Amino acid sequence: MSDFSVVGKPIPMIDAAAKTTGAGKYTDDLSLPGLLIGKILHSPHPHARIRHIDISRALELDGVVAVVTGADAPNPYGILPVGHDEHALALDKVRYVGDNLACVAAEDSRAAERALELIDVDYDILPAYFDPEESMKAERDLIHENKPHNLEKDYHHVFGNPAQGFAQADCTVEGRFIANEVTHAAMEPHSTLATFDLDPVTGNIGRLTVWSSTQVPYYLQHKLSLVLDLPMSQIRVIKPLVGGGFGGKSEVIPLEIIAAIAARKARRPVKITYTREEVCWAHRGRPRTIIDLKTGATSDGRLTAVEARVIQDGGAYCSYGVVTILYSGALLGALYDIANLQYDGYRVLTNKPACGAMRGHGTVNVRFAFESQLDEIAAKLNLDPAEIRRQNLLRPPAITVNGLRVQSYGLPECIEKVVERSGWAERKGRLGKGRGLGLACSHYVSGAANSIIRSDMPHSTVNIKIDRDGGVVVYTGASEIGQGSDTMTSQIAAEVLGCLLSRVKVVAADTDLTPIDIGSYSSRVTFMAGNATLRAAQEVKRQIASAAAQKMGCAPEELIFRDDLVFRRDAQRGVPRLEGEPSGENPSRQRSRGRTHEQANTSQASVAGRVEGQILRGSLQQKRKEDLTPKDFMTFEEAVVAAIDFHGALTGTGSYAPPAAARGGKYKGAGVGPSPAYSYSAQVAEVSVDEETGQVTVHKVWAAHDCGRALNPVAVEGQVIGSVWMGMGQALTEEMIWKDGLLMNPGLLEYRSPSAAESPQVEAIIVESVDPEGPFGAKECSEGALAATIPAISNAIYDAVGIRLHEAPFSPERVLAALRAKKAAKPLNLTEGVDPTRPTRFREHGGALCFKQKGPERHELDASRAR
Amino acid sequence: MTKQLVALRVNRRLHELAIESSWLLLDTLREQLQLTGSKRGCDDSSCGACTVLVDGIPMLACTLLAASCEGREITTIEGVTEHGALAAIQKAYGDWGGAQCGFCTPGFIMTVKHLLATTPKPSEEKIREALSSNLCRCTGYSQMYEAIKAAVEAEQKGLAGDEKNAPSRT
Repeated sequence: MSDFSVVGKPIPMIDAAAKTTGAGKYTDDLSLPGLLIGKILHSPHPHARIRHIDISRALELDGVVAVVTGADAPNPYGILPVGHDEHALALDKVRYVGDNLACVAAEDSRAAERALELIDVDYDILPAYFDPEESMKAERDLIHENKPHNLEKDYHHVFGNPAQGFAQADCTVEGRFIANEVTHAAMEPHSTLATFDLDPVTGNIGRLTVWSSTQVPYYLQHKLSLVLDLPMSQIRVIKPLVGGGFGGKSEVIPLEIIAAIAARKARRPVKITYTREEVCWAHRGRPRTIIDLKTGATSDGRLTAVEARVIQDGGAYCSYGVVTILYSGALLGALYDIANLQYDGYRVLTNKPACGAMRGHGTVNVRFAFESQLDEIAAKLNLDPAEIRRQNLLRPPAITVNGLRVQSYGLPECIEKVVERSGWAERKGRLGKGRGLGLACSHYVSGAANSIIRSDMPHSTVNIKIDRDGGVVVYTGASEIGQGSDTMTSQIAAEVLGCLLSRVKVVAADTDLTPIDIGSYSSRVTFMAGNATLRAAQEVKRQIASAAAQKMGCAPEELIFRDDLVFRRDAQRGVPRLEGEPSGENPSRQRSRGRTHEQANTSQASVAGRVEGQILRGSLQQKRKEDLTPKDFMTFEEAVVAAIDFHGALTGTGSYAPPAAARGGKYKGAGVGPSPAYSYSAQVAEVSVDEETGQVTVHKVWAAHDCGRALNPVAVEGQVIGSVWMGMGQALTEEMIWKDGLLMNPGLLEYRSPSAAESPQVEAIIVESVDPEGPFGAKECSEGALAATIPAISNAIYDAVGIRLHEAPFSPERVLAALRAKKAAKPLNLTEGVDPTRPTRFREHGGALCFKQKGPERHELDASRAR
Repeated sequence: MTKQLVALRVNRRLHELAIESSWLLLDTLREQLQLTGSKRGCDDSSCGACTVLVDGIPMLACTLLAASCEGREITTIEGVTEHGALAAIQKAYGDWGGAQCGFCTPGFIMTVKHLLATTPKPSEEKIREALSSNLCRCTGYSQMYEAIKAAVEAEQKGLAGDEKNAPSRT
């Protein structure tokens, strides 16, 4: 058992009370004197040239203060340096239903909404592309003129010798898999409040301050600077509480820039909050992905080669697309040992909202295909699905064929744990009619080793300041979005400094106060901001130690910081304790989360200790010179006072940049995929399938996740459970359904995010592989588990009723169609029925399968019935 | 539209407000009374983030006209805290990871408050049924069950509201 006092303990989030009382402020909860409400006019057409926009009637409406259009801020931007293809407000063209045209800033939302109806727009309507494979054939009316065939980017990677690998295979399986589009649906709709300082004398516009629901304040500051032609130093971005991100707030969303443009023109603060429908249009979710996958294995289950051709329906703008398509290929590696790999990835533009980064960025859909196909191979070779995975484990430390460095690798233990807990050996295949178990694995990066704005500068920097009364303030650019970033930061600082957690305050995500951090995405915060915090705290600790050592007549290295005390190593046992202090031998209270008497008492002691401390310090200062006998121990406060006395101030800085060895290969596209550490996950899902209705029910998921070290087990479990649950949503119910570029389900009910009623029990099992470079050995825990859930469910459906589903989500229609095909005893590749190259044949708006002449009777008023 | 004076009783205090008859309770609470704990998460009464108690019954403030609540007792998340301390359910949600991003949390707390008021010892089935009126996107709900069980236990031990054991952390 490792000897930590704060790290590894189930500690409630430090901001929990702000959330449970409603006192915490999210962006939409904020207001300023003179606040205007902004509303955005969106395009009703999927693809059209703008002939003319007339805002004059809107401007005349009572209550309207300003109307802005593309001409007010014509600079292009985009989250990737290679993808500056967006305008906050359209200049000449709209590219999806929901594209942004104009914004009205008015005294209240009602006036703003009325004014939107008075803006006249003339369009030349252009042919639109909705299907990626069709779009790739386009010769004219391109979505972006500089992208021939509407191809955003394609990559073709060959590692090893795939042809030779397939020749060595005893069994080769090929298939097409489709994972339909899903979105983040974070509970908080995007919101931004922007205001400019006005010079009191000249009235000129000064600095810009923006409060926004963002995962990366730094990127927002950067893009605002580009679009508004302001130096970054003239822009302050503050992130209040954020109501969930999942990647949807990891890039700059149009409203964040539009609010600033409107505030500049109106010369008053402007707040824009999206409706749920607008959130769906802003989207940036996981693209619909078509995966043609071929896997070869020897008869004992050793993988010999993998070939993947992946097409992503990226929507109308680049967004994170280039990164997504690269992740899809790169993360075929680093889970199993695969010697020969071929990857062809196509990121295609279509006239739909842009797709971007979503939890498990790039890896999820391909992992669904891969783990499903691995199960098919296991079935063909008559191998246990757990066994075939054990056959292909990496032997770390290793560098994969595509250049990913793997150090800590808890996958074998993850597989062991889920196999054991789920009763896999005894229960698999023996659960009776319509019920089954399925197993799958996944992994994910602990932050990208290369930042999207390429540089060798640190990815995270943290400052720490300690005040005279022992109050520790950590300044970090990392963004708390509900995952526990602030709590993690304070735990690490408290652990290193050996002080009470209640001493630590976190000031986060305010570009004026906190050093640059590239934010909360790609699961980078614990690893990178955590390491930066660790280093900053160690620097401060060194300063305290050098001063305290003088007082205690020993070398700084002999000092131990723990339990709010600084004591000499040799005096450890003799240290008297303040009443209520947790004892040094304090056994970790297994599973007793912070709700016990014990904890309540320590907390009171800390308050009492403070008061005492102040008195103590007063008398200390008097007695300091008299008391020359070296001490055995000092309280944290005494040590801090001594250090400030000695050094003049007590501050420290730490930063983190991924090591060169972890930054990947040299080929084109090698920058995406490398990470200083990977998390690993193995899952078993138990499902039942109702063969009458096609309804799939997930009863339980056992999810073992290797997070390196669980800095806060309750938070880790929460992240793992949340990931599994979100994966289950994508597996069973969630799907964005499009018809002619129009989103048919732009609400939480129709999108069908699972409610408590259909959510399974998830048993999260923490596996700690203790990474050599992670802070206290920690790695990521918030995304990796998601990718395993979809194939685990798919494989369980196969175990239950013997059908292999190739298209997610596994809706009742798809399950029934597969069951029918199985009964008719004719092989039907499900994806045949939804071949996107022939969408008119079988496919109805991407959702329900309608077989020719067998589909549901259409309503007599339905226009499509006439066809 | 002309405004009318409406007297709303919110969290045991009477407020006289000049509002339009078409204004929703949610907007009135958030904009007129600055009670921003109740959230708007959707356009179609599907998410439950705006749940408040009206005469003790959980209602969606986003689909309720403010004027129709005159003479009724409205309780929002801001009125849940007891004697300056967290209610047992609030503390339990924090301790057990029932709240991650926290945006849905006020709505859930209101729903659970009603559940525990009507069913002091709810079964897991009953809890699921009650929680299904609200959506959460972070937690997968699992840790909420543990939080609710812990709150029920705490209530039974009479911990709630007891000054000595006021919720806090190390």
